[in-house]
Amino acid sequence: MTYNKLKRVDLIFHEDCECRQVLEKTFAKSNDEIVNDILESGLKGRGGAGFPTGLKWKFTAEQPADERFVICNADEGEPGTFKDREILFKVPSKVFSGMAVCAKVIGAKKGYIYLRGEYRFLLPELRKALDAFHRDIKDLLDFEILIQMGSGAYICGEESALFESMEGKRGEPRNKPPYPTVAGFRNKPTVINNVETLVYAFMICKHGPLKFKELGTSDSRGSKVFSVSGDTPIPGIYELELGMSLDNFVEEFGDGDTKAVQVGGAAGFCVPRKKLKETIIGFEGVPTGGSMKVFNSSRSMYNVLHNYLEFFEEESCGQCTPCRVGCQQLIKGIEAVKKGERKGAYLDQLLKLSDTMKIASKCGLGQSVANSFSSIVGNFREEMIY
Amino acid sequence: MPEVQELVKSLADKYGRKRENLLHILQGIVEQERYLSDTALTEVARELDMSAAQVYGTATFYTFLDTEPRGKYVIRVCRTITCDMKGKNQIIQAIEDSLKIKLGETSHNKKFTLLETNCLGWCHEGPAMLINDQAYTNLNIDKAIEIITDYATNK
Repeated sequence: MTYNKLKRVDLIFHEDCECRQVLEKTFAKSNDEIVNDILESGLKGRGGAGFPTGLKWKFTAEQPADERFVICNADEGEPGTFKDREILFKVPSKVFSGMAVCAKVIGAKKGYIYLRGEYRFLLPELRKALDAFHRDIKDLLDFEILIQMGSGAYICGEESALFESMEGKRGEPRNKPPYPTVAGFRNKPTVINNVETLVYAFMICKHGPLKFKELGTSDSRGSKVFSVSGDTPIPGIYELELGMSLDNFVEEFGDGDTKAVQVGGAAGFCVPRKKLKETIIGFEGVPTGGSMKVFNSSRSMYNVLHNYLEFFEEESCGQCTPCRVGCQQLIKGIEAVKKGERKGAYLDQLLKLSDTMKIASKCGLGQSVANSFSSIVGNFREEMIY
Repeated sequence: MPEVQELVKSLADKYGRKRENLLHILQGIVEQERYLSDTALTEVARELDMSAAQVYGTATFYTFLDTEPRGKYVIRVCRTITCDMKGKNQIIQAIEDSLKIKLGETSHNKKFTLLETNCLGWCHEGPAMLINDQAYTNLNIDKAIEIITDYATNK
C-alpha cells in the first residue's frame, strides 16, 4: 500500500513530552504572546465546530470576572469518534499541559475534565497521571484539574449542556448568547476545548506556530486525528494533514468497493462515491470532528440512516419541539416510505422537515440531524424507497 | 433500608450537599447498588434539601443512572452503526441464549442485566460491549460467551 497521497503526521502521539520544560518556556512569555502564537498557528477547535482557539482564549481572558474556568470536553460521543480516548490513554500529560497553558492565559485556578461515562475504565490511570502532573507543576502555576464523570448522555458533549451537567442538572443546552466565554460553568467566563484541541495548543507552544501552520490549507491549518471505521481493512486512529481530498482518503482506507463515506459521524455528511473527488476534508469542504466511516456496496444506506435517526431520537434532550418531534417523525416517515405506506415523494416533505429542524432547533444536535438526513436521502433516494 | 441511608449520607459527606454535587452522589449510589431505588432517590432529596421530583428528573435524564433494578453486572452492547454492521445482533442473541434472558431483562439470580447502548467509542474494534465499566472489543460469539461464562463462574 502506498502512503504518498495522504500526509501522515506525528505531532500528538509522539511520546517525548518533557511537559515541565515546555511549560517553563511557555510561561516565560507574556499571555498576549501565547495567545498570539495560538492565533498565528490558525488552530481551530477539533471537536467539529471549528471556532478559532486563540480567539476563544482571548475573549475569555478579556471578560471581567472574579473567577474563570478551563474545561476539557472529553464527552466524546459522536458515533465513529474514538480518538479522544486514545489521546487520554496515551498522552494524558499533554492534555493537562494544554489546560495549564490555557489556565495561565485566562487566569483560571481550576480546570475540569468532563469524561464520558463509557470511558470510566480510563479513570485509575488518568488519576495517577494527574497526581504526577500536579506534583510536577506545583511551583510553576497555581492550578488544579478535577475529573468529572458523565453518565451516558450524548447531548452533554454540547458545551452548555455540559455546564448544566457539571452543575448537577439535566444536560439540557442553554440559549445562546451568552456564550461560554462570557457565562459558562457557574455562569463564569469559561474556555471549553476538545481534548485534541488542548493537545494541539500545547504542541504549538512546544514547536512554535510555524510548524503547525505549514500543514494543511489556508482555511484548515495543521493536522488532525481521524477515527477511521466501517468497511476498511485498516480501521484505527490516524493523524493526517487537513485538506486532503476524499478520494485520496478512500484510495488508502477503502476496501476497493467503497460506496460512500460518512464524514463527521451521525451529525455529519454522507459523501457518495461520485462526489469523493471534489470533496475536501477541512473547514472549506466537509468538516469533521474526526469520524470517518466507510461503507461498501453491500451496505443498505436505509439501514445506516435508520440507525442514525434512532440514535438522535434517543439522545435528543427533548427540550425543544423541532428536535424532539422532528426526530420521531423522520423515523416514522422513512419507515412508512420503505413499507410502501407512503409514496416516494413523501421524502421531499421529510426533507423540508429536516430543514426546519436545522433552522428551529435550539442546539447543534437538532440542527445537524438534517446533515446526515439530507445527504443520505439526497444521494441514495432509491434505497430509501425500494 | 438503613443501608441506603448510610450510603447516601456518606456520599453527601464526601461530595457536599449542594446541587452541584448531585450527579457525583447519584453516580456513587449506582456504583454500589447498580441502580437508584425510590428510597435512595428520596433519601438524596432529603440530604440535599431538594424536591424528590428534581432528583428524579435529573437521574432519569442520564442513561447510566438506572432507576430500575439491575443485576450485579450490567452488560451494555453497542448498537450504533459500525457495531451493527459487524454483527452486534448475533452477539446479543448469543448472550440471550446463554443467560436465558431477553434484551432489557435481568437474570433470576440478579447477576446479569442485558442492555443495548449507543456508541461506546470502539467503532474500529466492533462489536463492543461494556460490562459495568470494563470494555470488551472485537467480539465474536465464542469470545462473548467466554467472557460471560467467566463472569458467571468466577465473579
